Amino acid sequence: MKRARLARLACLFVLGLLLTACQRNDATAPWQLTDISGHMPDLAFALTDDQGKAVTASDYRGKVTLLYFGYTHCPDVCPLTLAHLHVVMQRLDKLADGARILFVSVDPQRDTAEALHAYVTAFDPHIVGLTGSPADIEALTKRYRAAFSREPGKAGGSYEVSHSSGIYIFDASGKARLLATPEDTQDKLVHDLHLLLSPGGAT
Amino acid sequence: MKRGVPWLWLAILLPLQAHATQADQVKASHGWIRLLPADLPAAGYVTLDNQGSSAATLVSARSAFYASVMLHQSATDTAGGSSMRMLDRLTIPAHGEVSLAPAGFHLMLQEATHPYKPGQTIDVTLDFADGSHLRVPFMVRPANAPD
Repeated sequence: MKRARLARLACLFVLGLLLTACQRNDATAPWQLTDISGHMPDLAFALTDDQGKAVTASDYRGKVTLLYFGYTHCPDVCPLTLAHLHVVMQRLDKLADGARILFVSVDPQRDTAEALHAYVTAFDPHIVGLTGSPADIEALTKRYRAAFSREPGKAGGSYEVSHSSGIYIFDASGKARLLATPEDTQDKLVHDLHLLLSPGGAT
Repeated sequence: MKRGVPWLWLAILLPLQAHATQADQVKASHGWIRLLPADLPAAGYVTLDNQGSSAATLVSARSAFYASVMLHQSATDTAGGSSMRMLDRLTIPAHGEVSLAPAGFHLMLQEATHPYKPGQTIDVTLDFADGSHLRVPFMVRPANAPD
């Protein structure tokens, strides 16, 4: 009995070392990001991707998806998040092939498929830009309670968009699993995505 | 004796005021721009170190490479929303440092006047409240550059 427990502890210790991922490992809850399983609806949408193709959530079944709302005329926070996700994808190496980052524009009037394509490809090959009708975008943001608003009144007809900065992570079956905020480190993202993406991992 | 003291102070302070402009006091380092495709607005970052004994106030910025350069601040509200606001001025306290860094203060550069690429360096001029200017080189980095 005691030996089994010791062996298990040793395994956990080695696992912790292997995953490097900072912070202590809680044996009961493997996640370092916020667990939203059962608290958010499954991934569902009907939008247009950055190649101009009509797509739905079912096109991404089999992939772990990271849903992020943003817009291309966002020079500071959106690029920072996408640059971080690029590093996370690089650190996941081959496992990243099983993941897709869905960058949904909350500024569909300016963000055409072509504009989104140029934008997302500047960051990482695993990012898909999604746009659509304002009503469809709004429905998706409401589904995940990711409020956004337009800030009018800028000279030259320009405006800014306030948007939710969370990253919603869905497993390969489209179930909502985790929420990452901008304060969460790359280590936490790598750790949890590693678990979600590993064959026979937490699915 | 009493009459001599103010004159002495004046003699000491006048040359200091005449020479140490706000731009002289501020050392700028790590200037860089995150370049986005298709002439989208880009963000510029720089660390400003005020080595002087009085505050320096940045009031505007400009560059031959952009039609418009504005001082901005990104903020996250309590609901997790992210937004930007324009700033009229940014004060760097005496012997203090202010970083323009991702997800905080930054320059928003709009409408590039010249095409350019990552790896190049472009100059941005910082204007201070006392009318002094500081020309700072900004390294152009690709969109996905880590901060």
